Amino acid sequence: MPCEFSQNQLHGYLDGELDAVSASEFEKHLGSCPECQRLLAVDESLRKAMRDSMLYERAPRTLRENLFGHSTQQVSMQSPAVRSASWRWLAAAAALVLAVFLGWRQIGHPSGPSATQLAVAALVDAHLRSLQPGHLADVESSDQHTVKPWFDGRLDFAPPVPDFSGDGFPLLGGRLDVVQGRTVAALVYGRRKHIINVFVEKASPVIAWTGSGSTQGYQWIAWQKDAFTLCAVSDVSSADLNTLKDLFLAQ
Amino acid sequence: MDKKGGERLDVLEEEDRARFEAVVLPHLDAAFNLARWLLRSRADAEDVAQDALLRAFRAFGTYRAGNARAWLLQIVRNACFTWLQQHHKDENFSEFNEERMPQVSENPERLAIASSNRQQLTRALEALPASFREILVLRELEGCSYKEISEITSRPIGTVMSSLARARQQLRSALAQPPAKEVRRAL
Repeated sequence: MPCEFSQNQLHGYLDGELDAVSASEFEKHLGSCPECQRLLAVDESLRKAMRDSMLYERAPRTLRENLFGHSTQQVSMQSPAVRSASWRWLAAAAALVLAVFLGWRQIGHPSGPSATQLAVAALVDAHLRSLQPGHLADVESSDQHTVKPWFDGRLDFAPPVPDFSGDGFPLLGGRLDVVQGRTVAALVYGRRKHIINVFVEKASPVIAWTGSGSTQGYQWIAWQKDAFTLCAVSDVSSADLNTLKDLFLAQ
Repeated sequence: MDKKGGERLDVLEEEDRARFEAVVLPHLDAAFNLARWLLRSRADAEDVAQDALLRAFRAFGTYRAGNARAWLLQIVRNACFTWLQQHHKDENFSEFNEERMPQVSENPERLAIASSNRQQLTRALEALPASFREILVLRELEGCSYKEISEITSRPIGTVMSSLARARQQLRSALAQPPAKEVRRAL
Protein backbone atom coordinates (compact mmCIF):
# COMPACT_ATOMS: atom_id res chain seq x y z
CA MET A 1 0.00 0.00 0.00
CA PRO A 2 1.89 3.03 -1.19
CA CYS A 3 2.02 5.96 1.16
CA GLU A 4 -0.10 8.87 0.07
CA PHE A 5 2.72 11.37 0.37
CA SER A 6 4.97 9.41 -1.96
CA GLN A 7 2.53 9.98 -4.83
CA ASN A 8 2.68 13.74 -4.67
CA GLN A 9 4.29 15.84 -1.98
CA LEU A 10 7.49 13.82 -2.07
CA HIS A 11 8.10 15.05 -5.60
CA GLY A 12 7.23 18.63 -4.86
CA TYR A 13 9.65 18.39 -1.96
CA LEU A 14 12.37 16.81 -4.10
CA ASP A 15 11.92 19.56 -6.67
CA GLY A 16 11.87 22.34 -4.12
CA GLU A 17 8.37 23.28 -5.17
CA LEU A 18 6.48 22.98 -1.91
CA ASP A 19 5.57 26.04 0.09
CA ALA A 20 7.12 26.30 3.55
CA VAL A 21 4.09 24.88 5.36
CA SER A 22 3.73 21.85 3.09
CA ALA A 23 7.47 21.25 3.14
CA SER A 24 7.66 21.15 6.93
CA GLU A 25 4.54 18.99 7.02
CA PHE A 26 6.22 16.58 4.64
CA GLU A 27 9.45 16.61 6.60
CA LYS A 28 7.53 15.71 9.73
CA HIS A 29 5.98 12.80 7.87
CA LEU A 30 9.30 11.79 6.35
CA GLY A 31 10.78 11.19 9.78
CA SER A 32 8.34 8.36 10.41
CA CYS A 33 7.90 6.89 6.92
CA PRO A 34 10.60 4.49 5.73
CA GLU A 35 8.95 4.21 2.32
CA CYS A 36 9.18 7.93 1.66
CA GLN A 37 12.76 7.95 2.95
CA ARG A 38 13.66 5.20 0.54
CA LEU A 39 11.85 6.74 -2.43
CA LEU A 40 13.31 10.16 -1.79
CA ALA A 41 16.82 8.70 -1.76
CA VAL A 42 16.20 6.63 -4.89
CA ASP A 43 14.65 9.48 -6.86
CA GLU A 44 17.38 11.82 -5.78
CA SER A 45 20.05 9.45 -7.04
CA LEU A 46 18.08 8.85 -10.22
CA ARG A 47 17.96 12.57 -10.85
CA LYS A 48 21.68 12.81 -10.29
CA ALA A 49 22.25 9.91 -12.67
CA MET A 50 20.16 11.58 -15.37
CA ARG A 51 22.08 14.79 -15.04
CA ASP A 52 25.48 13.17 -14.80
CA SER A 53 25.13 10.84 -17.73
CA MET A 54 25.03 13.59 -20.31
CA LEU A 55 21.62 12.71 -21.71
CA TYR A 56 21.19 16.28 -22.83
CA GLU A 57 21.62 16.51 -26.57
CA ARG A 58 22.61 19.80 -28.06
CA ALA A 59 21.36 21.21 -31.32
CA PRO A 60 23.53 19.98 -34.19
CA ARG A 61 25.52 22.51 -36.13
CA THR A 62 23.42 21.85 -39.21
CA LEU A 63 20.27 23.06 -37.45
CA ARG A 64 21.87 26.41 -36.73
CA GLU A 65 23.13 26.61 -40.29
CA ASN A 66 19.79 25.75 -41.82
CA LEU A 67 18.10 28.37 -39.73
CA PHE A 68 20.56 31.16 -39.99
CA GLY A 69 22.39 30.50 -43.20
CA HIS A 70 25.81 31.84 -43.96
CA SER A 71 25.58 35.20 -42.35
CA THR A 72 26.25 33.94 -38.85
CA GLN A 73 28.37 31.01 -39.83
CA GLN A 74 31.63 32.55 -38.87
CA VAL A 75 30.31 32.96 -35.40
CA SER A 76 28.59 29.68 -34.88
CA MET A 77 31.20 27.32 -36.22
CA GLN A 78 34.60 26.77 -37.72
CA SER A 79 33.60 27.72 -41.17
CA PRO A 80 34.82 28.03 -44.68
CA ALA A 81 33.68 31.65 -44.55
CA VAL A 82 37.31 32.71 -44.41
CA ARG A 83 36.84 36.03 -46.08
CA SER A 84 34.38 37.48 -43.63
CA ALA A 85 36.21 35.88 -40.74
CA SER A 86 39.50 37.48 -41.61
CA TRP A 87 37.73 40.78 -42.12
CA ARG A 88 36.46 40.44 -38.59
CA TRP A 89 39.93 39.74 -37.28
CA LEU A 90 41.18 42.86 -39.00
CA ALA A 91 38.35 44.88 -37.57
CA ALA A 92 39.06 43.49 -34.14
CA ALA A 93 42.74 44.31 -34.43
CA ALA A 94 42.01 47.81 -35.71
CA ALA A 95 39.55 48.49 -32.94
CA LEU A 96 42.03 47.30 -30.37
CA VAL A 97 44.79 49.50 -31.74
CA LEU A 98 42.45 52.46 -31.69
CA ALA A 99 41.43 51.70 -28.14
CA VAL A 100 45.04 51.51 -27.07
CA PHE A 101 45.84 54.85 -28.66
CA LEU A 102 42.98 56.60 -27.07
CA GLY A 103 43.78 55.03 -23.75
CA TRP A 104 40.17 54.23 -23.95
CA ARG A 105 38.89 52.27 -21.07
CA GLN A 106 36.43 49.89 -22.29
CA ILE A 107 33.08 48.64 -22.35
CA GLY A 108 29.71 48.25 -23.92
CA HIS A 109 29.47 51.17 -26.25
CA PRO A 110 25.89 51.21 -27.46
CA SER A 111 26.54 52.00 -31.11
CA GLY A 112 28.92 50.16 -33.37
CA PRO A 113 31.06 47.25 -32.33
CA SER A 114 33.37 48.22 -29.51
CA ALA A 115 36.68 46.56 -28.78
CA THR A 116 34.93 44.66 -26.03
CA GLN A 117 32.21 43.45 -28.34
CA LEU A 118 34.80 42.29 -30.82
CA ALA A 119 36.84 40.59 -28.15
CA VAL A 120 33.70 38.90 -26.86
CA ALA A 121 32.72 37.81 -30.37
CA ALA A 122 36.15 36.23 -30.78
CA LEU A 123 35.82 34.43 -27.45
CA VAL A 124 32.32 33.20 -28.31
CA ASP A 125 33.81 31.90 -31.58
CA ALA A 126 36.47 30.09 -29.59
CA HIS A 127 33.82 28.71 -27.24
CA LEU A 128 31.78 27.38 -30.16
CA ARG A 129 34.85 25.88 -31.79
CA SER A 130 35.62 24.08 -28.57
CA LEU A 131 32.18 22.42 -28.62
CA GLN A 132 32.91 20.72 -31.93
CA PRO A 133 33.80 17.06 -31.48
CA GLY A 134 37.36 16.59 -30.32
CA HIS A 135 38.06 20.27 -29.75
CA LEU A 136 37.15 20.67 -26.13
CA ALA A 137 40.42 19.99 -24.39
CA ASP A 138 44.06 19.40 -25.26
CA VAL A 139 44.53 18.01 -21.80
CA GLU A 140 41.53 16.23 -20.37
CA SER A 141 41.66 15.93 -16.66
CA SER A 142 39.72 16.93 -13.61
CA ASP A 143 42.99 17.15 -11.72
CA GLN A 144 44.30 20.68 -11.49
CA HIS A 145 47.75 19.25 -10.83
CA THR A 146 47.65 17.65 -14.26
CA VAL A 147 46.13 20.58 -16.11
CA LYS A 148 48.25 23.34 -14.61
CA PRO A 149 51.67 21.85 -15.45
CA TRP A 150 50.44 21.12 -18.96
CA PHE A 151 50.45 24.86 -19.65
CA ASP A 152 54.11 25.13 -18.59
CA GLY A 153 56.26 26.07 -21.53
CA ARG A 154 53.24 26.54 -23.75
CA LEU A 155 52.45 30.02 -22.49
CA ASP A 156 54.59 32.84 -21.17
CA PHE A 157 52.47 32.96 -18.07
CA ALA A 158 51.10 30.44 -15.60
CA PRO A 159 47.30 30.65 -15.53
CA PRO A 160 45.43 29.84 -12.34
CA VAL A 161 43.79 26.42 -12.68
CA PRO A 162 41.39 25.91 -9.79
CA ASP A 163 38.94 23.03 -9.59
CA PHE A 164 35.49 23.83 -8.23
CA SER A 165 33.98 20.34 -8.26
CA GLY A 166 32.78 20.87 -4.74
CA ASP A 167 30.84 23.92 -5.87
CA GLY A 168 29.28 22.28 -8.89
CA PHE A 169 31.81 23.51 -11.44
CA PRO A 170 34.10 20.52 -12.06
CA LEU A 171 37.26 21.15 -14.01
CA LEU A 172 37.19 19.10 -17.21
CA GLY A 173 40.47 20.08 -18.82
CA GLY A 174 42.45 22.76 -20.54
CA ARG A 175 43.44 23.90 -23.98
CA LEU A 176 45.35 26.58 -25.85
CA ASP A 177 43.44 28.93 -28.13
CA VAL A 178 44.57 31.72 -30.36
CA VAL A 179 42.14 34.57 -29.92
CA GLN A 180 42.62 37.81 -31.79
CA GLY A 181 46.17 36.79 -32.51
CA ARG A 182 47.03 36.13 -28.89
CA THR A 183 47.59 32.77 -27.31
CA VAL A 184 45.31 32.32 -24.37
CA ALA A 185 44.67 29.52 -21.91
CA ALA A 186 41.20 28.03 -22.03
CA LEU A 187 40.02 26.22 -18.91
CA VAL A 188 37.05 23.96 -19.39
CA TYR A 189 34.47 23.55 -16.65
CA GLY A 190 31.25 21.60 -16.48
CA ARG A 191 28.03 22.95 -15.10
CA ARG A 192 25.36 20.26 -15.08
CA LYS A 193 25.15 19.35 -18.76
CA HIS A 194 26.71 22.61 -19.89
CA ILE A 195 30.25 23.50 -20.80
CA ILE A 196 31.92 26.68 -19.62
CA ASN A 197 35.13 27.98 -21.14
CA VAL A 198 37.17 30.32 -18.99
CA PHE A 199 39.70 32.17 -21.12
CA VAL A 200 42.72 33.46 -19.30
CA GLU A 201 45.29 35.89 -20.61
CA LYS A 202 47.75 38.34 -19.21
CA ALA A 203 45.97 41.56 -18.40
CA SER A 204 46.90 44.43 -20.63
CA PRO A 205 47.69 47.54 -18.64
CA VAL A 206 45.71 49.60 -21.12
CA ILE A 207 42.58 47.64 -21.78
CA ALA A 208 41.55 46.08 -18.55
CA TRP A 209 38.17 45.00 -19.63
CA THR A 210 35.45 43.74 -17.38
CA GLY A 211 31.74 43.40 -17.79
CA SER A 212 29.16 40.87 -18.78
CA GLY A 213 26.52 40.36 -21.35
CA SER A 214 25.03 38.05 -23.90
CA THR A 215 26.20 37.53 -27.46
CA GLN A 216 24.73 35.13 -30.00
CA GLY A 217 22.77 33.58 -27.22
CA TYR A 218 25.84 32.92 -25.10
CA GLN A 219 26.53 34.54 -21.78
CA TRP A 220 29.89 36.01 -20.98
CA ILE A 221 31.46 37.68 -18.03
CA ALA A 222 34.94 39.16 -17.82
CA TRP A 223 36.94 40.15 -14.80
CA GLN A 224 40.43 40.98 -13.63
CA LYS A 225 42.32 38.98 -11.08
CA ASP A 226 45.94 39.45 -10.17
CA ALA A 227 47.74 40.00 -13.45
CA PHE A 228 45.12 38.24 -15.55
CA THR A 229 42.05 39.02 -17.55
CA LEU A 230 39.56 36.20 -17.37
CA CYS A 231 36.44 35.77 -19.43
CA ALA A 232 33.93 32.96 -18.95
CA VAL A 233 31.70 32.05 -21.89
CA SER A 234 28.85 29.56 -21.82
CA ASP A 235 25.19 28.94 -22.38
CA VAL A 236 24.56 28.63 -18.65
CA SER A 237 22.68 31.39 -16.86
CA SER A 238 24.44 34.61 -16.04
CA ALA A 239 23.85 33.77 -12.37
CA ASP A 240 25.93 30.61 -12.79
CA LEU A 241 28.71 32.54 -14.49
CA ASN A 242 28.64 35.08 -11.69
CA THR A 243 29.01 32.29 -9.17
CA LEU A 244 32.00 30.94 -11.05
CA LYS A 245 33.55 34.38 -11.20
CA ASP A 246 33.09 34.77 -7.45
CA LEU A 247 34.73 31.40 -6.89
CA PHE A 248 37.73 32.52 -8.95
CA LEU A 249 37.91 35.82 -7.10
CA ALA A 250 37.73 34.06 -3.75
CA GLN A 251 40.74 31.91 -4.64
CA MET B 1 22.05 22.17 -48.72
CA ASP B 2 18.64 23.55 -47.89
CA LYS B 3 16.47 20.62 -47.28
CA LYS B 4 13.75 22.99 -46.17
CA GLY B 5 13.40 24.68 -49.53
CA GLY B 6 15.53 27.62 -48.65
CA GLU B 7 13.31 29.12 -45.99
CA ARG B 8 15.67 30.69 -43.59
CA LEU B 9 15.67 33.36 -41.05
CA ASP B 10 18.30 35.40 -42.82
CA VAL B 11 15.90 36.56 -45.50
CA LEU B 12 13.66 38.10 -42.87
CA GLU B 13 13.73 41.59 -41.53
CA GLU B 14 17.12 42.28 -40.04
CA GLU B 15 15.79 44.01 -36.96
CA ASP B 16 13.23 41.34 -36.13
CA ARG B 17 15.81 38.72 -36.74
CA ALA B 18 18.28 40.33 -34.40
CA ARG B 19 15.68 40.50 -31.66
CA PHE B 20 14.60 36.93 -32.30
CA GLU B 21 18.19 35.83 -32.22
CA ALA B 22 18.84 37.54 -28.93
CA VAL B 23 15.69 36.32 -27.21
CA VAL B 24 15.03 32.89 -28.69
CA LEU B 25 18.32 31.57 -30.04
CA PRO B 26 19.73 30.97 -26.55
CA HIS B 27 17.12 28.22 -26.24
CA LEU B 28 17.94 26.37 -29.45
CA ASP B 29 19.64 23.55 -27.56
CA ALA B 30 16.63 23.26 -25.25
CA ALA B 31 14.34 23.08 -28.27
CA PHE B 32 16.40 20.39 -29.94
CA ASN B 33 16.86 18.35 -26.78
CA LEU B 34 13.15 18.28 -26.06
CA ALA B 35 12.36 17.30 -29.65
CA ARG B 36 15.03 14.62 -29.62
CA TRP B 37 13.58 12.91 -26.57
CA LEU B 38 9.99 13.30 -27.66
CA LEU B 39 10.67 11.92 -31.14
CA ARG B 40 13.44 9.54 -30.06
CA SER B 41 15.46 10.43 -33.13
CA ARG B 42 18.03 13.12 -33.77
CA ALA B 43 17.19 13.36 -37.45
CA ASP B 44 13.46 13.80 -36.89
CA ALA B 45 14.18 16.18 -34.03
CA GLU B 46 16.27 18.35 -36.30
CA ASP B 47 13.49 18.61 -38.88
CA VAL B 48 10.74 19.24 -36.38
CA ALA B 49 12.82 21.69 -34.35
CA GLN B 50 13.63 23.62 -37.49
CA ASP B 51 9.96 23.86 -38.46
CA ALA B 52 9.09 24.85 -34.91
CA LEU B 53 11.74 27.58 -34.89
CA LEU B 54 10.41 29.01 -38.14
CA ARG B 55 6.91 28.87 -36.75
CA ALA B 56 8.16 30.59 -33.63
CA PHE B 57 9.68 33.31 -35.73
CA ARG B 58 6.46 33.91 -37.60
CA ALA B 59 4.59 34.03 -34.30
CA PHE B 60 7.23 36.21 -32.69
CA GLY B 61 4.94 39.23 -32.98
CA THR B 62 2.61 37.63 -30.46
CA TYR B 63 5.41 37.02 -28.00
CA ARG B 64 5.34 39.49 -25.15
CA ALA B 65 8.25 39.89 -22.83
CA GLY B 66 8.17 36.85 -20.60
CA ASN B 67 9.70 33.46 -20.39
CA ALA B 68 11.14 32.96 -23.87
CA ARG B 69 12.26 29.42 -23.15
CA ALA B 70 8.79 28.33 -22.06
CA TRP B 71 7.27 30.13 -25.02
CA LEU B 72 9.57 28.37 -27.48
CA LEU B 73 9.34 24.96 -25.82
CA GLN B 74 5.57 25.11 -25.94
CA ILE B 75 5.74 25.59 -29.70
CA VAL B 76 8.30 22.81 -30.02
CA ARG B 77 6.39 20.28 -27.95
CA ASN B 78 3.16 20.99 -29.83
CA ALA B 79 5.00 20.45 -33.10
CA CYS B 80 6.41 17.19 -31.76
CA PHE B 81 3.08 15.82 -30.61
CA THR B 82 1.53 16.74 -33.95
CA TRP B 83 4.37 14.93 -35.69
CA LEU B 84 3.95 11.86 -33.50
CA GLN B 85 0.25 11.79 -34.32
CA GLN B 86 0.81 12.23 -38.04
CA HIS B 87 3.35 9.48 -38.10
CA HIS B 88 1.17 7.20 -36.04
CA LYS B 89 3.73 7.11 -33.32
CA ASP B 90 1.20 8.47 -30.93
CA GLU B 91 1.84 5.83 -28.33
CA ASN B 92 1.02 8.52 -25.84
CA PHE B 93 -2.62 8.46 -26.76
CA SER B 94 -3.09 4.81 -26.13
CA GLU B 95 -3.76 3.92 -22.56
CA PHE B 96 -0.50 3.19 -20.86
CA ASN B 97 -0.78 0.31 -18.50
CA GLU B 98 0.94 1.37 -15.36
CA GLU B 99 0.56 -2.03 -13.79
CA ARG B 100 2.65 -3.53 -16.53
CA MET B 101 5.85 -2.71 -14.76
CA PRO B 102 5.19 -3.61 -11.16
CA GLN B 103 7.02 -1.69 -8.52
CA VAL B 104 7.96 -4.83 -6.62
CA SER B 105 10.60 -5.71 -9.20
CA GLU B 106 12.63 -2.69 -8.12
CA ASN B 107 16.01 -3.83 -7.00
CA PRO B 108 17.98 -0.93 -5.55
CA GLU B 109 21.31 -2.35 -6.62
CA ARG B 110 20.25 -3.03 -10.16
CA LEU B 111 18.69 0.40 -10.26
CA ALA B 112 21.95 1.97 -9.19
CA ILE B 113 23.96 0.08 -11.77
CA ALA B 114 21.49 0.63 -14.57
CA SER B 115 21.15 4.32 -13.91
CA SER B 116 24.90 4.79 -14.03
CA ASN B 117 24.87 3.52 -17.58
CA ARG B 118 23.96 6.12 -20.15
CA GLN B 119 22.74 3.56 -22.64
CA GLN B 120 20.44 1.88 -20.17
CA LEU B 121 19.12 5.21 -18.98
CA THR B 122 18.45 6.24 -22.57
CA ARG B 123 16.60 3.00 -23.27
CA ALA B 124 14.56 3.29 -20.10
CA LEU B 125 13.63 6.88 -20.81
CA GLU B 126 12.71 6.08 -24.40
CA ALA B 127 10.51 3.24 -23.23
CA LEU B 128 8.23 5.67 -21.41
CA PRO B 129 5.16 7.27 -22.97
CA ALA B 130 5.82 10.62 -24.63
CA SER B 131 4.14 12.69 -21.93
CA PHE B 132 6.36 11.09 -19.29
CA ARG B 133 9.47 11.56 -21.41
CA GLU B 134 8.47 15.15 -21.84
CA ILE B 135 7.99 15.93 -18.20
CA LEU B 136 11.22 14.19 -17.14
CA VAL B 137 13.25 15.94 -19.81
CA LEU B 138 11.78 19.32 -18.89
CA ARG B 139 12.34 18.79 -15.20
CA GLU B 140 15.60 16.82 -14.96
CA LEU B 141 17.49 17.82 -18.08
CA GLU B 142 16.15 21.29 -18.71
CA GLY B 143 15.67 22.18 -15.06
CA CYS B 144 12.27 23.77 -15.60
CA SER B 145 10.16 24.80 -12.62
CA TYR B 146 6.65 23.38 -12.20
CA LYS B 147 5.30 26.73 -13.31
CA GLU B 148 7.30 26.60 -16.53
CA ILE B 149 6.32 22.98 -17.16
CA SER B 150 2.72 23.93 -16.57
CA GLU B 151 3.07 26.76 -19.07
CA ILE B 152 4.79 24.59 -21.68
CA THR B 153 2.47 21.61 -21.42
CA SER B 154 -0.73 23.54 -20.65
CA ARG B 155 -1.36 21.47 -17.56
CA PRO B 156 -2.23 22.69 -14.07
CA ILE B 157 0.68 22.76 -11.63
CA GLY B 158 -0.91 20.09 -9.44
CA THR B 159 -1.03 17.77 -12.41
CA VAL B 160 2.62 18.49 -13.13
CA MET B 161 3.55 17.22 -9.68
CA SER B 162 1.49 14.03 -9.91
CA SER B 163 2.67 13.37 -13.48
CA LEU B 164 6.26 13.68 -12.34
CA ALA B 165 5.54 11.22 -9.56
CA ARG B 166 4.24 8.67 -12.05
CA ALA B 167 6.95 9.39 -14.61
CA ARG B 168 9.68 8.82 -12.04
CA GLN B 169 8.04 5.62 -10.87
CA GLN B 170 7.87 4.38 -14.47
CA LEU B 171 11.48 5.26 -15.05
CA ARG B 172 12.54 3.37 -11.94
CA SER B 173 10.56 0.37 -13.07
CA ALA B 174 11.94 0.53 -16.59
CA LEU B 175 15.47 0.67 -15.21
CA ALA B 176 14.82 -2.23 -12.90
CA GLN B 177 13.82 -4.49 -15.77
CA PRO B 178 16.41 -7.19 -16.29
CA PRO B 179 18.72 -6.08 -19.08
CA ALA B 180 18.71 -9.54 -20.71
CA LYS B 181 15.40 -8.83 -22.39
CA GLU B 182 16.77 -5.65 -23.91
CA VAL B 183 19.79 -7.42 -25.27
CA ARG B 184 17.62 -9.98 -26.97
CA ARG B 185 15.46 -7.27 -28.44
CA ALA B 186 18.49 -5.41 -29.67
CA LEU B 187 19.75 -8.52 -31.45
